[in-house]
Amino acid sequence: MSKARTSLFRTGAVHAALIAYTLVALFPVFLTIVNSFKSRNAIFREPLAIPTPETFSLIGYETVLKQGDFLGYFQNSVIVTVVSIALVLLFGAMAAFALSEYRFRGNALMGLYLALGIMIPIRLGTVAILQGMVAANLVNTLTALILVYTAQGLPLAVFILSEFMRTVSDDLKNAGRIDGLSEYAIFFRLVLPLVRPAMATVAVFTMIPIWNDLWFPLILAPAETTKTVTLGSQIFIGQFVTNWNAVLSALSLAIFPVLVLYVIFSRQLIRGITAGAVK
Amino acid sequence: MNPRETTTDVSELKRPRRWHILVFLLPALAVYTAVMILPLIETLRQSFYNTVDGQYTFVGLGNFKVLFGDPRWASDFWNALKNNFVFFLIHMAVQNPIGIALAAMLSIPKLRFSAFYRTAIFLPTLLSFVIVGFIWKLILSPIWGVAPYLMDVVGLKWLFAPWLGRPDSALIAVSLISVWQYIGIPMMLIYAALLNIPDEVIEAAELDGVTGWSQFWKIKLPLILPAIGIVSILTFVGNFNAFDLIYTVQGALAGPDGSTDILGTLLYRTFFGFQLQLGDRSMGATIAAIMFLIILAGVSLYLFVIQRRMRRYQF
Repeated sequence: MSKARTSLFRTGAVHAALIAYTLVALFPVFLTIVNSFKSRNAIFREPLAIPTPETFSLIGYETVLKQGDFLGYFQNSVIVTVVSIALVLLFGAMAAFALSEYRFRGNALMGLYLALGIMIPIRLGTVAILQGMVAANLVNTLTALILVYTAQGLPLAVFILSEFMRTVSDDLKNAGRIDGLSEYAIFFRLVLPLVRPAMATVAVFTMIPIWNDLWFPLILAPAETTKTVTLGSQIFIGQFVTNWNAVLSALSLAIFPVLVLYVIFSRQLIRGITAGAVK
Repeated sequence: MNPRETTTDVSELKRPRRWHILVFLLPALAVYTAVMILPLIETLRQSFYNTVDGQYTFVGLGNFKVLFGDPRWASDFWNALKNNFVFFLIHMAVQNPIGIALAAMLSIPKLRFSAFYRTAIFLPTLLSFVIVGFIWKLILSPIWGVAPYLMDVVGLKWLFAPWLGRPDSALIAVSLISVWQYIGIPMMLIYAALLNIPDEVIEAAELDGVTGWSQFWKIKLPLILPAIGIVSILTFVGNFNAFDLIYTVQGALAGPDGSTDILGTLLYRTFFGFQLQLGDRSMGATIAAIMFLIILAGVSLYLFVIQRRMRRYQF
């Protein structure tokens, strides 16, 4: 009886601690979104209250949509992120297949070379990357960002995907070879469909740093037409720093897509991390 | 790299050149080499060059000497380096214990709502530094008064100060914001490690009467040390490469009075210039080279010393 009571007490304490930390994690996001729907006075008078019919206001969103080209920024971010992920997945899977399927001289060395980039951040080469982009006339283009993010995402993609491809059965591939499939057909038609779960994990891991990056958009593509959402909201908020409605609305607009994607992909993401795929 | 037939598999047809290997490797290799490896090498090379009397010449370790000893550079550099270490130490001291505690609670068998807690606590990790930085700037702002109001509720209002605006507390405040954002990573990796501990180990411990706290300290903690090692090296690399959060919260000058300046913001100001300061490519490359050496040292220490020792604990 007393043992049951202490365990009940312990469970209660654990829940209390977890709820407390969950509040700490969610409160700032909640506060921002709630206040973005309120009038200026209400934001300051009662920051914690949820909007009521009297305090409800969309003035912040109106300012944001009128002043900043958020739709354009959003489009840039989507283009950069989607194209980069597609290239990382395609090139990464091809390289991972070569490394895991064939034995050739320099295989291990090649694996190590491609793995260097997992730990060494691409930012350290910024000085020369900018010079290269200037020389190639790619400054202020989305292509520059796509190239950088593809290079940035490849090392981890190759690493994770080659681990997975080693588990694809050799019998299947050899059966394909006996049926006269070319090596390319074996890769695209037999192996790729089988490693789809791993591809999804890689896609999610690749996406987050690209979408959120401020450094490269700031340096390589700061022009109005090539701003990403992250850079666009950074600059917009910097300019409108005293217009609290606008700032809170811009922040909410930047949070929104991440929130939607997280609700859809959170299981995939968490399964990816906890499966020990990242080490 | 020219892939050649090295296997002696007689059942396969003789193919002197297996071009498909090259085709599979080439795109990844080309992009990675051209956009990542060559610029990195070129940046390191440029740290040995500078413009002397209008001529771009090799100066050996001259740039490093200037950075370490010249009065115009040295105080900024050492300040940024020191702040960066403080930034890292605060992460390690706060993020790891909280991450372990959260993971330990989440891994309690049959805990209800654990998936919800996990998902919610991980959310901030996905937000960009820009969002996180501005949200906290607003919350900690004395103008809005959310933070003082909340502290008043628990009777701690007298403790409140405009932390981000004070040179002695700004770095701690920024570090804690960063910890708040990144707590999800240690939590998840340690949670995964805890779930991977075989049931037999725990059962054996229970049969020997090792339960509760002592079970955690004596059995589980040693077994999750590799995960803590991974978290630490990820934090190290991330911290010595950090820029976005400080740029968002405190601006490129990393104020107040340089108190939140770290190597990333110093690199940005040096390379691109800021306000009255002109951009300096060579000194920028030099700072990038220092960051490279620090990260390389940390990663090597982890790979060759820490990880080797930890292997012994693995199953």
